[in-house]
Amino acid sequence: MTHTISLTVNGKAHCSVVEPRLLLVHYLRDILGLTGTNIGCDTSQCGSCTVHMDGEAVKACTVLAVQADGASIKTIEGMAANGSLHPLQEAFREEHGLQCGYCTPGMIMAADALLRRNHKPSEAQIRQGLEGNMCRCTGYQNIVKAVQNAALKMA
Amino acid sequence: MAKTVGTSVKRVEDPRFLRGQGTYTANLQLPGMTHLAVKRSPHAHAIIKRIDATRALALPGVLGVFTGKDLIEGGCGTLPVGWSVPNQKTPDRHALTPDRVRHVGDGVAAVVAESSYIARDALDLIEVEYETLPLVTDARKAAEPGAPLVHPAIANNISYEWELGDKQACADGLAEAHIVVEQELINTRLVPNAIEPRACVAQWNAPDDQMTIWTTSQNPHPIRVLLSAFTLKIPEHKLRVIAPDVGGGFGSKIFHYPEEVIVPWVSRKINRPVKWVCTRSEAFITDSHGRDHVTVAKMGFKRDGTITGLQVTTWANQGAYLSTFASLIPTILYLGCISGMYKVKGIFGHVFGTLTNTVPVDAVRGAGRPEAAYLVERMIDIGARRLKKDPWEVRHKNFIPASEFPYQTPVAFNYDSGDYHAICDKVATLADLKGMRERQSEARKAGRLVGIGFSTAIEISGYGPSKVVTSIGSALGMWESAALRVYPTGKVTLFTGSHSHGQGHETTFAQIAADELGIAVSDIEVVHGDTGRVQQGVGTFGSRSGTVGGTAVVKAAAKVREKMRRIAAHQLEAAEEDVVFDQSNGTAYVKGSPDKAKTFFEMAFSTFTANQLPAGMEPGLEETAFFDPTGLTAPNSAHIAQVEVDPATGEVEIQRYVAVDDVGNIINPMIVEGQLLGGIVHGVGQALLECARYDSNGQLLSGSMMDYAMPRSNLMPMIEMGRTVTPAPSNPLGVKGAGEMGTIASTPAICNAVMDALQIDHLDMPLTPERIWQALQ
Repeated sequence: MTHTISLTVNGKAHCSVVEPRLLLVHYLRDILGLTGTNIGCDTSQCGSCTVHMDGEAVKACTVLAVQADGASIKTIEGMAANGSLHPLQEAFREEHGLQCGYCTPGMIMAADALLRRNHKPSEAQIRQGLEGNMCRCTGYQNIVKAVQNAALKMA
Repeated sequence: MAKTVGTSVKRVEDPRFLRGQGTYTANLQLPGMTHLAVKRSPHAHAIIKRIDATRALALPGVLGVFTGKDLIEGGCGTLPVGWSVPNQKTPDRHALTPDRVRHVGDGVAAVVAESSYIARDALDLIEVEYETLPLVTDARKAAEPGAPLVHPAIANNISYEWELGDKQACADGLAEAHIVVEQELINTRLVPNAIEPRACVAQWNAPDDQMTIWTTSQNPHPIRVLLSAFTLKIPEHKLRVIAPDVGGGFGSKIFHYPEEVIVPWVSRKINRPVKWVCTRSEAFITDSHGRDHVTVAKMGFKRDGTITGLQVTTWANQGAYLSTFASLIPTILYLGCISGMYKVKGIFGHVFGTLTNTVPVDAVRGAGRPEAAYLVERMIDIGARRLKKDPWEVRHKNFIPASEFPYQTPVAFNYDSGDYHAICDKVATLADLKGMRERQSEARKAGRLVGIGFSTAIEISGYGPSKVVTSIGSALGMWESAALRVYPTGKVTLFTGSHSHGQGHETTFAQIAADELGIAVSDIEVVHGDTGRVQQGVGTFGSRSGTVGGTAVVKAAAKVREKMRRIAAHQLEAAEEDVVFDQSNGTAYVKGSPDKAKTFFEMAFSTFTANQLPAGMEPGLEETAFFDPTGLTAPNSAHIAQVEVDPATGEVEIQRYVAVDDVGNIINPMIVEGQLLGGIVHGVGQALLECARYDSNGQLLSGSMMDYAMPRSNLMPMIEMGRTVTPAPSNPLGVKGAGEMGTIASTPAICNAVMDALQIDHLDMPLTPERIWQALQ
């Protein structure tokens, strides 16, 4: 049994025939080839696969592709407009908010959703807001600084 | 050209990661790719009676099912170990176990299919009949008489026993003590949990008998050696191992894993590319775990706090098989470090490496050294408490004085350099220890459970020389290689055998080469992690990249400079000894005449045109160097943590964390600080959260990220960092290891702070609210 879904990913329309059980993250990675969205766990804990669905941060391992039918999806590949880095991407580089880079796409997508909800988050609000995204390399300190830096850039 | 070493050059690798363009193994797509999944044992110990794959093979899209017997008959060898201590009993470990499963997660069959979903479906259709056996999971109980045997040929489940130190000196030291503190300590089992799960892709190219393997490894060259000589048995020149972007390692991606054998074997068998990607739940029961020690220790103190002796007996859980470097960790890296930063005359340690029905245990960030620091730093705090002395002063009293470096400890290592009093004074100043104490005193009067904890710790990093490490158990040398290829236009590719999986080598190694050659960082590309491109290598573990790999770059650059200097001398018609290479701008000229210099580009181009070279000089400019360290480096730390325990819930709030680290000279302060920060939080995770716990059936209770607590962004306040520098004398850069230091020091700092808050001797980790609340009742 298959379903036909129509959705927009990073501004581009797609129409695909998918199994009902196919996860959105596998759809993005394996069918559309958008491998920037990483998979770090299988229990919706690590947040590596965070993308935006109609503007909300979601963990793409916990959304079925069929649930995204009609939705607008944004992934890390859609963050750099016209080739230049998004302020969050710049801030992560300036503050050394990444090391191995694996959690980074999900972290940036989560941080972007956080900053759109709250333009001037406190340190505590950033720490709480990114609680659903795990990083083993940085100890989070420079990620928090990067989000603070980006908030200033985007103000 | 200003020096770049010592400055925070922004990372070269960042843009691709920030754009989602990392080349992680799981991202690889090849035409005709198939997908592999592994059927794993649900039992901790059982005999395989029967495997029936009929239903799985009937599923459309399934291409094959293979068992341990198929792999053996197909020529696969057992997985070897890379470290052997005397009289070590190493059990056979097959990529897929043919007859008996020895831990939950042991692989029994592999299925390959047209899609990853079909492969997973097929797993459920493979029927395996087991006869379960008695089992043991505890390191100490495994060695007791009558314990179930994990491998029938290995008596008492003891793979090895190992001793270090002077038994008599230790007994004498304890005899002269005013008090002897005795304590049992459990160092919890950790799951490494790099955020990228392991993965492997293999592509067999039949026309030229060539196998290419992409794998999530910290050290692709040694993996190729093991695959070629022991497991897959494809000649080394026909085997290319690529470790592309790797999403964190923390030790867990050093080892040669079964899937690195299964995936290429199946690829050759079906003549198609094969991909395997580990799920996180699968990682919990297959990635080598860390730590898991049961220790009984005695530490003797004089009335004034002087440590007189330390006696240690440890049962180190090695799991069901010996992972690649299993026996290195609880022996030389653990007992070898139990002298800490202190002058202790009488030290003796005895370790039993025991086999149990659990996941194999090997290095996790710090590897042996955190276990040593935890032991020593906990014992000192317990001793200070009994003596009613300030634990800070007890540490100060026992430090190795700066005047005594290089210092030979009574256990094993020769510490190269350090100033332990200075680093402690610095952290005390940075933390305002006096004020901290006063505020703690006031808080306590108000009934609040505020605690201050200290730790000092050394790491042994960049160990060598190869002659020494191989004499004590290593199967490989501990050198590193670097090659510099200078193109006619003066651009440079640097090939290093070291590997970056978050460390930022593409930046720091380029900084080293840039300074050595007097050219810009942007003119250098760093290539690593590919046996097909990089000549030779050992890889990244034990905080060795900067000290060993970085020094190889320095040596290769010296050869490039020398050739350029000779070319310049020839072209300037000067005696070679009169020509100098100016590292500030990459030129060469006759001493005193920089205005008539040959530029880097001119000299490089000369090796291409080859028409103005000295007689006998070969064209081209490519130099390779190998560096075998003459000794080791001993980075060191002093950390102070302040916590408050909520008596109603047992929760720990970390209020301040102040860290001063001496990692010698620093190539890139931003990167070093980042590694220290990450390391600290990793160690705090062990103190408060992380624990791999088995039940009596050998089931891993904390077997997913739902159940195994990891540090999250709200765990810590902003960490306050400081630095002291005692350059390492054993390498020209003066650098020491930095990647593991934070983890080694932070676990005891937090535990000591919590014990101080609770005013008790000891609780085992993890210091969960429940455990603390129970202690408060």
